[in-house]
Amino acid sequence: MSPEPSQPGGAEIDVAYVAHLARMHLSDEEIARFQPQLGQIVDYVRQIQALDTSDVEPTAHAIEIRNVARADTRREGLSADVAMRNAPQSKDDFFVVPKIVE
Amino acid sequence: MSNYEPVIGLETHVQLGTSSKMFCGCATDFAAAPNSQVCPVCLGYPGSLPVPNEVAVEYTVRAGLMLGCDINLYSKFDRKSYFYPDMPKNYQITQYDMPLCLAGAVEIDLNGDSRVVRLRRIHLEEDTGKNVHFARTSGVDFNRAGTPLMEIVTEPDIYSADEAMAYLQALKQLMLYAGVSECNLEEGNFRCDVNCSVRPVGSDALGVKTELKNLNTFKGIHAALSFEIDRQLNLAASGAEIHQETRRWDVDAGITATMRTKEDAHDYRYFPDPDLAPIVLAREQVDRWRDELPEAPRARRVRMIEQYGIPAYDAGVLVAEKAIADFYEEAAQSSPNPKAVSNWVMTEMLRLLSERDMQIAEAHITPAALAELVGLVDDKTLNSNSAREVFGILFQDGGRAADIVEARGLTQVSDEGLLDQFVDQAIADNPDSAGDYRDGKTKALQFLMGQVMRLSKGKANPQSVQELLRSKLGG
Repeated sequence: MSPEPSQPGGAEIDVAYVAHLARMHLSDEEIARFQPQLGQIVDYVRQIQALDTSDVEPTAHAIEIRNVARADTRREGLSADVAMRNAPQSKDDFFVVPKIVE
Repeated sequence: MSNYEPVIGLETHVQLGTSSKMFCGCATDFAAAPNSQVCPVCLGYPGSLPVPNEVAVEYTVRAGLMLGCDINLYSKFDRKSYFYPDMPKNYQITQYDMPLCLAGAVEIDLNGDSRVVRLRRIHLEEDTGKNVHFARTSGVDFNRAGTPLMEIVTEPDIYSADEAMAYLQALKQLMLYAGVSECNLEEGNFRCDVNCSVRPVGSDALGVKTELKNLNTFKGIHAALSFEIDRQLNLAASGAEIHQETRRWDVDAGITATMRTKEDAHDYRYFPDPDLAPIVLAREQVDRWRDELPEAPRARRVRMIEQYGIPAYDAGVLVAEKAIADFYEEAAQSSPNPKAVSNWVMTEMLRLLSERDMQIAEAHITPAALAELVGLVDDKTLNSNSAREVFGILFQDGGRAADIVEARGLTQVSDEGLLDQFVDQAIADNPDSAGDYRDGKTKALQFLMGQVMRLSKGKANPQSVQELLRSKLGG
Protein backbone atom coordinates (compact mmCIF):
# COMPACT_ATOMS: atom_id res chain seq x y z
CA MET A 1 0.00 0.00 0.00
CA SER A 2 2.33 2.74 -1.17
CA PRO A 3 0.90 5.91 -2.67
CA GLU A 4 0.93 6.15 -6.42
CA PRO A 5 2.47 9.31 -7.79
CA SER A 6 -0.14 11.83 -8.87
CA GLN A 7 -0.80 11.89 -12.56
CA PRO A 8 1.31 14.48 -14.33
CA GLY A 9 -1.09 16.92 -16.05
CA GLY A 10 -3.10 16.05 -19.09
CA ALA A 11 -4.85 12.82 -18.10
CA GLU A 12 -8.57 13.04 -18.93
CA ILE A 13 -11.07 12.28 -16.20
CA ASP A 14 -13.27 9.38 -17.20
CA VAL A 15 -16.72 10.67 -16.28
CA ALA A 16 -18.43 7.32 -16.64
CA TYR A 17 -15.90 5.70 -14.32
CA VAL A 18 -16.05 8.48 -11.73
CA ALA A 19 -19.84 8.37 -11.82
CA HIS A 20 -19.74 4.65 -11.25
CA LEU A 21 -17.45 5.12 -8.24
CA ALA A 22 -19.83 7.73 -6.83
CA ARG A 23 -22.82 5.45 -7.48
CA MET A 24 -24.33 8.04 -9.82
CA HIS A 25 -26.39 6.78 -12.70
CA LEU A 26 -25.70 9.01 -15.69
CA SER A 27 -27.21 8.66 -19.13
CA ASP A 28 -24.92 8.57 -22.19
CA GLU A 29 -26.15 12.04 -23.03
CA GLU A 30 -25.18 13.32 -19.56
CA ILE A 31 -21.77 11.67 -19.75
CA ALA A 32 -21.15 13.37 -23.08
CA ARG A 33 -22.24 16.73 -21.64
CA PHE A 34 -20.27 16.49 -18.37
CA GLN A 35 -17.04 15.25 -19.94
CA PRO A 36 -16.00 18.63 -21.43
CA GLN A 37 -17.39 20.53 -18.42
CA LEU A 38 -15.25 18.53 -16.06
CA GLY A 39 -12.33 19.02 -18.42
CA GLN A 40 -12.78 22.79 -18.14
CA ILE A 41 -12.72 22.64 -14.37
CA VAL A 42 -9.57 20.56 -14.38
CA ASP A 43 -7.96 22.93 -16.86
CA TYR A 44 -8.79 25.84 -14.60
CA VAL A 45 -7.08 24.19 -11.62
CA ARG A 46 -4.22 23.15 -13.85
CA GLN A 47 -3.16 26.78 -14.18
CA ILE A 48 -1.32 26.27 -10.90
CA GLN A 49 1.17 24.11 -12.72
CA ALA A 50 2.50 27.21 -14.44
CA LEU A 51 3.84 28.39 -11.07
CA ASP A 52 7.25 27.46 -9.79
CA THR A 53 6.53 25.62 -6.52
CA SER A 54 9.94 24.01 -6.11
CA ASP A 55 10.54 26.00 -2.91
CA VAL A 56 7.10 25.38 -1.46
CA GLU A 57 6.60 22.63 1.10
CA PRO A 58 3.74 20.35 -0.01
CA THR A 59 0.75 20.63 2.29
CA ALA A 60 -2.66 19.06 2.58
CA HIS A 61 -4.16 22.14 4.18
CA ALA A 62 -4.54 25.73 3.16
CA ILE A 63 -4.15 27.03 6.69
CA GLU A 64 -1.29 26.49 9.09
CA ILE A 65 -2.98 24.46 11.80
CA ARG A 66 -1.88 21.32 13.58
CA ASN A 67 -2.62 19.04 16.53
CA VAL A 68 -6.29 19.75 17.01
CA ALA A 69 -7.21 16.95 19.38
CA ARG A 70 -9.41 16.14 22.33
CA ALA A 71 -8.98 14.32 25.64
CA ASP A 72 -10.20 10.72 25.83
CA THR A 73 -13.42 11.56 27.63
CA ARG A 74 -16.92 10.38 26.92
CA ARG A 75 -19.72 12.63 25.85
CA GLU A 76 -23.38 11.83 25.74
CA GLY A 77 -24.43 10.97 22.19
CA LEU A 78 -27.87 10.37 20.71
CA SER A 79 -30.25 7.82 22.10
CA ALA A 80 -31.07 4.99 19.70
CA ASP A 81 -34.56 6.30 19.52
CA VAL A 82 -33.44 9.78 18.41
CA ALA A 83 -30.91 8.26 16.00
CA MET A 84 -33.69 6.22 14.38
CA ARG A 85 -35.65 9.36 13.57
CA ASN A 86 -33.31 9.95 10.63
CA ALA A 87 -33.58 6.38 9.40
CA PRO A 88 -35.86 5.85 6.38
CA GLN A 89 -36.49 2.42 7.85
CA SER A 90 -35.54 0.83 11.16
CA LYS A 91 -36.09 -2.38 13.06
CA ASP A 92 -35.19 -3.18 16.68
CA ASP A 93 -33.01 -0.03 16.77
CA PHE A 94 -31.02 -1.12 13.71
CA PHE A 95 -30.86 1.03 10.58
CA VAL A 96 -32.47 -1.11 7.90
CA VAL A 97 -30.70 -1.29 4.54
CA PRO A 98 -31.22 -3.46 1.48
CA LYS A 99 -29.99 -7.00 2.03
CA ILE A 100 -26.18 -7.05 2.09
CA VAL A 101 -24.77 -9.87 0.01
CA GLU A 102 -21.03 -10.31 0.08
CA MET B 1 8.42 -29.81 -11.53
CA SER B 2 9.68 -27.17 -9.14
CA ASN B 3 8.71 -26.98 -5.48
CA TYR B 4 6.63 -24.08 -4.28
CA GLU B 5 6.62 -22.26 -0.97
CA PRO B 6 3.96 -20.00 0.56
CA VAL B 7 4.66 -16.34 1.33
CA ILE B 8 2.34 -14.60 3.76
CA GLY B 9 1.80 -11.04 4.94
CA LEU B 10 -0.62 -10.05 7.69
CA GLU B 11 -2.61 -6.89 8.32
CA THR B 12 -3.80 -6.93 11.90
CA HIS B 13 -6.42 -4.55 13.22
CA VAL B 14 -5.89 -3.98 16.92
CA GLN B 15 -8.57 -2.06 18.77
CA LEU B 16 -7.07 0.57 21.03
CA GLY B 17 -8.17 0.52 24.67
CA THR B 18 -9.53 4.04 24.77
CA SER B 19 -12.61 5.02 26.71
CA SER B 20 -14.16 7.01 23.86
CA LYS B 21 -14.16 6.71 20.07
CA MET B 22 -11.50 7.96 17.65
CA PHE B 23 -13.18 11.16 16.50
CA CYS B 24 -16.05 11.72 18.94
CA GLY B 25 -16.91 11.23 22.61
CA CYS B 26 -19.12 8.16 22.15
CA ALA B 27 -18.44 5.15 24.36
CA THR B 28 -16.64 2.07 23.02
CA ASP B 29 -18.28 -0.54 25.26
CA PHE B 30 -18.72 -4.01 23.80
CA ALA B 31 -22.17 -5.52 23.37
CA ALA B 32 -24.13 -2.35 24.18
CA ALA B 33 -27.70 -2.12 22.84
CA PRO B 34 -27.76 -1.39 19.08
CA ASN B 35 -27.09 2.25 18.14
CA SER B 36 -26.86 3.35 21.77
CA GLN B 37 -23.28 4.67 21.39
CA VAL B 38 -23.70 6.97 18.43
CA CYS B 39 -23.68 10.70 17.67
CA PRO B 40 -23.74 12.98 14.63
CA VAL B 41 -19.97 12.47 14.06
CA CYS B 42 -19.87 8.67 13.98
CA LEU B 43 -23.19 8.56 12.12
CA GLY B 44 -21.62 10.80 9.48
CA TYR B 45 -24.17 13.58 9.63
CA PRO B 46 -23.45 16.47 7.27
CA GLY B 47 -21.78 19.37 9.04
CA SER B 48 -20.38 17.32 11.92
CA LEU B 49 -16.65 17.54 12.49
CA PRO B 50 -14.28 14.83 13.71
CA VAL B 51 -11.72 15.66 16.44
CA PRO B 52 -8.99 13.07 17.05
CA ASN B 53 -8.68 11.34 20.42
CA GLU B 54 -5.20 12.23 21.70
CA VAL B 55 -4.92 8.98 23.67
CA ALA B 56 -5.47 6.96 20.49
CA VAL B 57 -2.54 8.80 18.91
CA GLU B 58 -0.43 8.23 22.01
CA TYR B 59 -1.28 4.50 22.15
CA THR B 60 -0.41 4.02 18.49
CA VAL B 61 2.97 5.66 19.05
CA ARG B 62 3.57 3.60 22.21
CA ALA B 63 2.70 0.44 20.27
CA GLY B 64 5.08 1.49 17.50
CA LEU B 65 7.86 2.10 20.00
CA MET B 66 7.23 -1.30 21.58
CA LEU B 67 7.65 -2.85 18.11
CA GLY B 68 10.79 -0.87 17.30
CA CYS B 69 9.14 1.29 14.62
CA ASP B 70 10.36 4.64 13.35
CA ILE B 71 7.88 7.26 14.53
CA ASN B 72 6.82 9.85 12.00
CA LEU B 73 6.84 13.16 13.83
CA TYR B 74 4.59 14.53 11.08
CA SER B 75 1.59 12.45 10.08
CA LYS B 76 -1.89 13.07 8.76
CA PHE B 77 -5.31 11.56 8.18
CA ASP B 78 -6.76 10.65 4.79
CA ARG B 79 -10.09 9.60 3.42
CA LYS B 80 -10.50 6.16 1.88
CA SER B 81 -13.62 6.30 -0.26
CA TYR B 82 -15.94 3.39 -0.84
CA PHE B 83 -19.61 2.61 -0.43
CA TYR B 84 -20.77 0.10 2.10
CA PRO B 85 -23.79 0.26 4.39
CA ASP B 86 -21.70 -0.08 7.55
CA MET B 87 -19.80 3.11 6.68
CA PRO B 88 -22.04 6.12 7.05
CA LYS B 89 -19.79 8.79 5.53
CA ASN B 90 -18.96 6.68 2.46
CA TYR B 91 -15.34 7.11 3.41
CA GLN B 92 -13.20 5.75 6.19
CA ILE B 93 -10.78 8.06 7.97
CA THR B 94 -7.39 6.38 7.90
CA GLN B 95 -3.73 7.25 7.27
CA TYR B 96 -2.40 6.73 3.76
CA ASP B 97 1.05 8.00 2.88
CA MET B 98 2.06 9.43 6.26
CA PRO B 99 1.19 6.89 8.94
CA LEU B 100 2.33 7.35 12.54
CA CYS B 101 4.77 4.42 12.47
CA LEU B 102 7.03 2.84 9.85
CA ALA B 103 9.16 -0.32 9.84
CA GLY B 104 9.69 -2.18 13.14
CA ALA B 105 9.74 -5.92 13.78
CA VAL B 106 8.28 -8.74 15.84
CA GLU B 107 10.52 -11.58 17.01
CA ILE B 108 8.81 -14.94 16.89
CA ASP B 109 9.69 -18.30 18.42
CA LEU B 110 8.82 -21.50 16.66
CA ASN B 111 10.05 -25.02 17.41
CA GLY B 112 12.97 -23.69 19.40
CA ASP B 113 14.13 -21.29 16.68
CA SER B 114 13.58 -17.60 16.70
CA ARG B 115 13.39 -15.20 13.78
CA VAL B 116 12.21 -11.74 12.92
CA VAL B 117 9.04 -10.74 11.06
CA ARG B 118 9.59 -7.24 9.69
CA LEU B 119 6.80 -4.69 9.86
CA ARG B 120 6.00 -2.25 7.11
CA ARG B 121 3.86 0.29 8.94
CA ILE B 122 1.26 1.01 11.59
CA HIS B 123 -1.50 3.47 10.89
CA LEU B 124 -4.42 4.72 12.90
CA GLU B 125 -7.95 4.51 11.54
CA GLU B 126 -11.60 4.24 12.51
CA ASP B 127 -13.64 1.04 12.59
CA THR B 128 -16.88 0.58 10.65
CA GLY B 129 -20.31 -0.42 11.94
CA LYS B 130 -21.62 -3.94 12.23
CA ASN B 131 -24.22 -5.66 10.06
CA VAL B 132 -26.89 -8.07 11.09
CA HIS B 133 -29.06 -9.92 8.63
CA PHE B 134 -32.83 -10.10 8.64
CA ALA B 135 -34.96 -12.21 6.31
CA ARG B 136 -35.20 -9.78 3.41
CA THR B 137 -33.10 -6.84 4.64
CA SER B 138 -29.99 -6.14 6.65
CA GLY B 139 -29.60 -4.00 9.77
CA VAL B 140 -26.69 -1.75 10.73
CA ASP B 141 -25.48 -1.00 14.24
CA PHE B 142 -23.07 1.96 14.34
CA ASN B 143 -21.84 1.45 17.93
CA ARG B 144 -18.53 0.18 16.61
CA ALA B 145 -18.25 2.84 13.89
CA GLY B 146 -15.48 5.25 14.79
CA THR B 147 -13.75 2.96 17.30
CA PRO B 148 -9.99 3.54 17.07
CA LEU B 149 -7.99 0.78 15.37
CA MET B 150 -4.33 0.37 14.63
CA GLU B 151 -3.60 -1.48 11.44
CA ILE B 152 -0.27 -3.27 11.83
CA VAL B 153 1.09 -4.39 8.46
CA THR B 154 3.91 -6.92 8.06
CA GLU B 155 6.28 -7.38 5.16
CA PRO B 156 5.68 -10.67 3.30
CA ASP B 157 7.94 -12.35 5.83
CA ILE B 158 5.86 -15.27 7.04
CA TYR B 159 6.18 -18.73 5.48
CA SER B 160 3.63 -21.02 7.16
CA ALA B 161 0.36 -21.03 9.08
CA ASP B 162 2.32 -21.91 12.24
CA GLU B 163 4.57 -18.89 11.77
CA ALA B 164 1.53 -16.68 11.28
CA MET B 165 0.22 -18.01 14.58
CA ALA B 166 3.53 -17.42 16.36
CA TYR B 167 3.57 -13.87 14.99
CA LEU B 168 0.05 -13.13 16.18
CA GLN B 169 0.72 -14.55 19.62
CA ALA B 170 3.91 -12.52 19.97
CA LEU B 171 2.13 -9.39 18.70
CA LYS B 172 -0.75 -9.85 21.11
CA GLN B 173 1.65 -10.27 24.01
CA LEU B 174 3.57 -7.13 23.04
CA MET B 175 0.37 -5.09 22.75
CA LEU B 176 -0.74 -6.28 26.18
CA TYR B 177 2.67 -5.38 27.59
CA ALA B 178 2.46 -1.94 25.98
CA GLY B 179 -0.96 -1.54 27.60
CA VAL B 180 -2.59 -0.15 24.46
CA SER B 181 -5.29 -2.78 23.86
CA GLU B 182 -7.30 -5.34 25.77
CA CYS B 183 -6.55 -7.72 22.87
CA ASN B 184 -9.82 -9.48 23.57
CA LEU B 185 -10.39 -11.70 20.53
CA GLU B 186 -13.96 -12.61 21.51
CA GLU B 187 -14.81 -8.92 21.42
CA GLY B 188 -13.16 -8.41 18.05
CA ASN B 189 -10.20 -6.43 19.40
CA PHE B 190 -7.80 -8.33 17.19
CA ARG B 191 -8.79 -9.00 13.56
CA CYS B 192 -6.69 -10.10 10.65
CA ASP B 193 -6.53 -9.78 6.88
CA VAL B 194 -4.18 -12.35 5.41
CA ASN B 195 -2.31 -11.97 2.11
CA CYS B 196 -1.07 -15.27 0.74
CA SER B 197 0.79 -16.31 -2.40
CA VAL B 198 3.12 -19.11 -3.48
CA ARG B 199 6.36 -18.99 -5.47
CA PRO B 200 9.00 -21.45 -6.63
CA VAL B 201 11.45 -22.23 -3.80
CA GLY B 202 14.51 -20.06 -4.26
CA SER B 203 12.68 -17.31 -6.12
CA ASP B 204 12.69 -13.76 -4.75
CA ALA B 205 9.66 -12.60 -6.70
CA LEU B 206 6.19 -12.74 -5.16
CA GLY B 207 3.41 -14.74 -6.82
CA VAL B 208 -0.15 -13.60 -7.43
CA LYS B 209 -1.77 -13.15 -4.02
CA THR B 210 -5.18 -13.71 -2.57
CA GLU B 211 -6.53 -11.85 0.41
CA LEU B 212 -8.51 -13.45 3.23
CA LYS B 213 -10.63 -10.88 5.00
CA ASN B 214 -11.62 -10.25 8.56
CA LEU B 215 -10.54 -13.37 10.40
CA ASN B 216 -11.13 -12.92 14.10
CA THR B 217 -9.96 -16.04 15.92
CA PHE B 218 -6.43 -17.44 16.00
CA LYS B 219 -7.85 -20.88 15.27
CA GLY B 220 -9.78 -19.51 12.29
CA ILE B 221 -6.72 -17.75 10.93
CA HIS B 222 -4.65 -20.93 11.20
CA ALA B 223 -7.33 -23.08 9.57
CA ALA B 224 -8.08 -20.60 6.78
CA LEU B 225 -4.42 -20.08 6.02
CA SER B 226 -3.63 -23.81 6.06
CA PHE B 227 -6.46 -24.39 3.59
CA GLU B 228 -5.45 -21.49 1.36
CA ILE B 229 -1.76 -22.51 1.28
CA ASP B 230 -2.72 -26.06 0.27
CA ARG B 231 -5.13 -24.77 -2.35
CA GLN B 232 -2.50 -22.56 -3.93
CA LEU B 233 0.26 -25.20 -3.72
CA ASN B 234 -2.03 -27.66 -5.49
CA LEU B 235 -2.91 -25.14 -8.20
CA ALA B 236 0.75 -24.27 -8.68
CA ALA B 237 1.78 -27.94 -8.80
CA SER B 238 -0.81 -28.67 -11.48
CA GLY B 239 0.30 -25.65 -13.46
CA ALA B 240 -3.03 -23.87 -13.03
CA GLU B 241 -3.29 -20.12 -12.69
CA ILE B 242 -3.91 -18.42 -9.33
CA HIS B 243 -6.19 -15.41 -9.60
CA GLN B 244 -5.81 -12.23 -7.65
CA GLU B 245 -8.94 -12.05 -5.53
CA THR B 246 -10.42 -11.57 -2.11
CA ARG B 247 -11.56 -14.81 -0.53
CA ARG B 248 -13.84 -15.53 2.36
CA TRP B 249 -13.21 -18.19 5.03
CA ASP B 250 -16.29 -20.38 5.40
CA VAL B 251 -16.00 -21.73 8.94
CA ASP B 252 -18.67 -24.38 8.54
CA ALA B 253 -17.42 -25.79 5.26
CA GLY B 254 -13.77 -25.34 6.26
CA ILE B 255 -12.86 -23.81 2.90
CA THR B 256 -12.01 -20.42 1.41
CA ALA B 257 -14.21 -19.19 -1.44
CA THR B 258 -14.09 -16.30 -3.90
CA MET B 259 -15.63 -13.11 -2.58
CA ARG B 260 -14.35 -10.44 -4.98
CA THR B 261 -12.15 -10.72 -8.02
CA LYS B 262 -9.60 -8.20 -9.22
CA GLU B 263 -12.05 -6.85 -11.82
CA ASP B 264 -14.27 -5.37 -9.13
CA ALA B 265 -11.39 -4.27 -6.94
CA HIS B 266 -11.97 -0.94 -5.25
CA ASP B 267 -10.56 2.38 -6.32
CA TYR B 268 -10.30 4.07 -2.95
CA ARG B 269 -9.32 7.56 -4.19
CA TYR B 270 -7.36 8.43 -1.05
CA PHE B 271 -6.95 12.10 -0.33
CA PRO B 272 -6.05 14.16 2.76
CA ASP B 273 -9.02 14.74 5.04
CA PRO B 274 -9.62 18.48 5.06
CA ASP B 275 -11.51 18.21 8.37
CA LEU B 276 -8.45 17.00 10.25
CA ALA B 277 -5.25 18.87 11.04
CA PRO B 278 -1.90 17.09 10.72
CA ILE B 279 -0.42 15.51 13.85
CA VAL B 280 2.96 16.92 14.76
CA LEU B 281 4.68 15.12 17.60
CA ALA B 282 7.43 16.64 19.71
CA ARG B 283 10.58 14.54 19.73
CA GLU B 284 10.86 14.97 23.52
CA GLN B 285 7.36 13.56 23.95
CA VAL B 286 8.16 10.50 21.86
CA ASP B 287 11.40 10.03 23.81
CA ARG B 288 9.47 10.18 27.07
CA TRP B 289 7.07 7.50 25.86
CA ARG B 290 10.05 5.40 24.76
CA ASP B 291 11.58 5.72 28.23
CA GLU B 292 8.33 4.55 29.78
CA LEU B 293 8.16 1.33 27.73
CA PRO B 294 7.89 -1.82 29.80
CA GLU B 295 10.59 -4.43 29.48
CA ALA B 296 9.76 -6.61 26.47
CA PRO B 297 8.61 -10.14 27.32
CA ARG B 298 11.53 -11.86 25.59
CA ALA B 299 14.12 -9.80 27.43
CA ARG B 300 12.19 -10.25 30.65
CA ARG B 301 12.23 -14.02 30.30
CA VAL B 302 16.01 -14.09 29.89
CA ARG B 303 16.49 -11.79 32.87
CA MET B 304 14.12 -13.78 35.08
CA ILE B 305 15.95 -17.05 34.37
CA GLU B 306 19.17 -15.41 35.48
CA GLN B 307 17.87 -13.33 38.37
CA TYR B 308 15.72 -15.97 40.08
CA GLY B 309 17.46 -19.14 38.95
CA ILE B 310 14.21 -20.55 37.57
CA PRO B 311 14.01 -22.90 34.55
CA ALA B 312 13.42 -21.42 31.08
CA TYR B 313 10.07 -23.19 30.99
CA ASP B 314 8.90 -21.47 34.18
CA ALA B 315 10.05 -18.09 32.92
CA GLY B 316 8.18 -18.61 29.65
CA VAL B 317 4.93 -19.43 31.44
CA LEU B 318 5.30 -16.53 33.87
CA VAL B 319 6.02 -13.80 31.28
CA ALA B 320 3.18 -14.90 29.01
CA GLU B 321 0.97 -12.43 30.80
CA LYS B 322 2.45 -9.20 32.15
CA ALA B 323 0.26 -9.08 35.26
CA ILE B 324 1.30 -12.65 36.19
CA ALA B 325 4.98 -11.85 35.70
CA ASP B 326 4.61 -8.66 37.76
CA PHE B 327 2.98 -10.61 40.59
CA TYR B 328 5.63 -13.31 40.44
CA GLU B 329 8.53 -10.88 40.53
CA GLU B 330 7.13 -8.98 43.48
CA ALA B 331 6.70 -12.23 45.45
CA ALA B 332 10.03 -13.70 44.32
CA GLN B 333 11.92 -10.58 45.38
CA SER B 334 10.77 -10.99 48.97
CA SER B 335 11.37 -14.74 49.15
CA PRO B 336 14.61 -16.68 49.53
CA ASN B 337 13.04 -19.45 47.41
CA PRO B 338 12.00 -18.00 44.01
CA LYS B 339 11.62 -21.46 42.48
CA ALA B 340 8.99 -22.40 45.07
CA VAL B 341 7.20 -19.11 44.36
CA SER B 342 7.22 -19.99 40.66
CA ASN B 343 5.73 -23.43 41.41
CA TRP B 344 2.87 -21.84 43.31
CA VAL B 345 2.11 -19.31 40.60
CA MET B 346 2.36 -21.83 37.76
CA THR B 347 0.24 -24.51 39.41
CA GLU B 348 -2.23 -23.34 42.08
CA MET B 349 -2.54 -19.73 40.92
CA LEU B 350 -3.02 -20.46 37.21
CA ARG B 351 -5.31 -23.39 38.01
CA LEU B 352 -7.61 -21.33 40.24
CA LEU B 353 -7.61 -18.40 37.79
CA SER B 354 -8.58 -20.61 34.89
CA GLU B 355 -11.15 -22.61 36.88
CA ARG B 356 -12.85 -19.41 37.96
CA ASP B 357 -12.20 -17.55 34.72
CA MET B 358 -10.56 -14.69 36.62
CA GLN B 359 -7.74 -12.22 36.05
CA ILE B 360 -4.90 -12.16 38.57
CA ALA B 361 -5.92 -8.64 39.60
CA GLU B 362 -9.22 -10.08 40.84
CA ALA B 363 -7.55 -12.61 43.17
CA HIS B 364 -7.13 -11.41 46.75
CA ILE B 365 -3.78 -13.03 47.44
CA THR B 366 -0.91 -10.51 47.58
CA PRO B 367 2.66 -11.20 46.44
CA ALA B 368 3.80 -10.65 50.05
CA ALA B 369 1.33 -13.28 51.34
CA LEU B 370 2.60 -15.83 48.82
CA ALA B 371 6.22 -15.17 49.79
CA GLU B 372 5.21 -15.64 53.44
CA LEU B 373 3.43 -18.90 52.62
CA VAL B 374 6.53 -20.23 50.87
CA GLY B 375 8.53 -19.35 54.01
CA LEU B 376 6.09 -21.27 56.24
CA VAL B 377 6.52 -24.38 54.09
CA ASP B 378 10.29 -24.00 53.98
CA ASP B 379 10.62 -23.71 57.77
CA LYS B 380 8.32 -26.73 58.11
CA THR B 381 5.55 -24.84 59.88
CA LEU B 382 3.17 -26.09 57.17
CA ASN B 383 3.04 -29.34 55.27
CA SER B 384 2.16 -29.17 51.60
CA ASN B 385 -1.51 -30.17 52.03
CA SER B 386 -2.14 -27.46 54.59
CA ALA B 387 -0.19 -24.98 52.47
CA ARG B 388 -2.53 -25.60 49.54
CA GLU B 389 -5.49 -25.02 51.85
CA VAL B 390 -3.96 -21.73 53.03
CA PHE B 391 -3.27 -20.70 49.43
CA GLY B 392 -6.91 -21.29 48.56
CA ILE B 393 -8.03 -19.08 51.45
CA LEU B 394 -5.55 -16.34 50.57
CA PHE B 395 -6.71 -16.48 46.94
CA GLN B 396 -10.34 -16.18 47.98
CA ASP B 397 -10.21 -13.81 50.93
CA GLY B 398 -6.71 -12.31 51.13
CA GLY B 399 -4.99 -11.72 54.46
CA ARG B 400 -1.72 -12.96 55.93
CA ALA B 401 -0.66 -16.60 55.69
CA ALA B 402 0.48 -16.81 59.34
CA ASP B 403 -2.89 -15.52 60.57
CA ILE B 404 -4.74 -18.19 58.62
CA VAL B 405 -2.41 -20.91 59.87
CA GLU B 406 -3.03 -19.80 63.44
CA ALA B 407 -6.79 -19.31 63.09
CA ARG B 408 -7.20 -22.74 61.55
CA GLY B 409 -4.64 -24.52 63.75
CA LEU B 410 -2.77 -25.78 60.73
CA THR B 411 0.70 -25.71 62.21
CA GLN B 412 2.44 -28.88 61.21
CA VAL B 413 2.91 -31.46 63.99
CA SER B 414 6.57 -32.37 64.20
CA ASP B 415 6.49 -33.09 67.95
CA GLU B 416 8.06 -36.54 68.25
CA GLY B 417 5.97 -37.59 71.24
CA LEU B 418 2.68 -36.79 69.55
CA LEU B 419 3.71 -38.33 66.25
CA ASP B 420 4.86 -41.45 68.14
CA GLN B 421 1.37 -41.85 69.54
CA PHE B 422 -0.27 -41.45 66.11
CA VAL B 423 2.11 -43.93 64.51
CA ASP B 424 1.63 -46.52 67.25
CA GLN B 425 -2.11 -46.17 66.98
CA ALA B 426 -2.11 -46.51 63.18
CA ILE B 427 -0.04 -49.67 63.41
CA ALA B 428 -2.24 -51.09 66.17
CA ASP B 429 -5.43 -50.29 64.25
CA ASN B 430 -4.17 -51.82 61.02
CA PRO B 431 -2.24 -54.98 61.85
CA ASP B 432 -2.81 -56.41 58.36
CA SER B 433 -1.17 -53.48 56.62
CA ALA B 434 1.68 -53.53 59.11
CA GLY B 435 2.13 -57.22 58.34
CA ASP B 436 2.01 -56.58 54.59
CA TYR B 437 4.75 -54.02 54.92
CA ARG B 438 6.90 -56.38 56.94
CA ASP B 439 6.35 -58.98 54.19
CA GLY B 440 7.89 -56.56 51.71
CA LYS B 441 4.74 -54.95 50.28
CA THR B 442 6.07 -51.40 50.39
CA LYS B 443 2.78 -50.00 49.14
CA ALA B 444 1.29 -50.68 52.58
CA LEU B 445 3.46 -47.86 53.94
CA GLN B 446 1.46 -45.32 51.93
CA PHE B 447 -1.76 -46.57 53.49
CA LEU B 448 -0.36 -46.37 57.01
CA MET B 449 0.93 -42.87 56.32
CA GLY B 450 -2.55 -41.88 55.26
CA GLN B 451 -3.90 -43.19 58.55
CA VAL B 452 -1.39 -41.16 60.54
CA MET B 453 -2.19 -38.03 58.54
CA ARG B 454 -5.86 -38.62 59.32
CA LEU B 455 -5.21 -39.01 63.04
CA SER B 456 -3.20 -35.76 62.97
CA LYS B 457 -5.99 -34.02 61.03
CA GLY B 458 -3.60 -33.55 58.13
CA LYS B 459 -1.07 -31.66 60.18
CA ALA B 460 1.66 -34.27 60.65
CA ASN B 461 5.03 -33.68 59.06
CA PRO B 462 4.95 -36.38 56.36
CA GLN B 463 8.70 -36.87 56.35
CA SER B 464 8.86 -37.50 60.08
CA VAL B 465 5.90 -39.87 59.86
CA GLN B 466 7.56 -41.89 57.15
CA GLU B 467 10.78 -42.17 59.13
CA LEU B 468 8.94 -43.19 62.30
CA LEU B 469 6.83 -45.82 60.50
CA ARG B 470 9.89 -47.32 58.85
CA SER B 471 11.82 -47.55 62.09
CA LYS B 472 8.89 -49.00 64.04
CA LEU B 473 8.12 -51.57 61.33
CA GLY B 474 11.77 -52.41 60.97
CA GLY B 475 11.87 -51.20 57.35
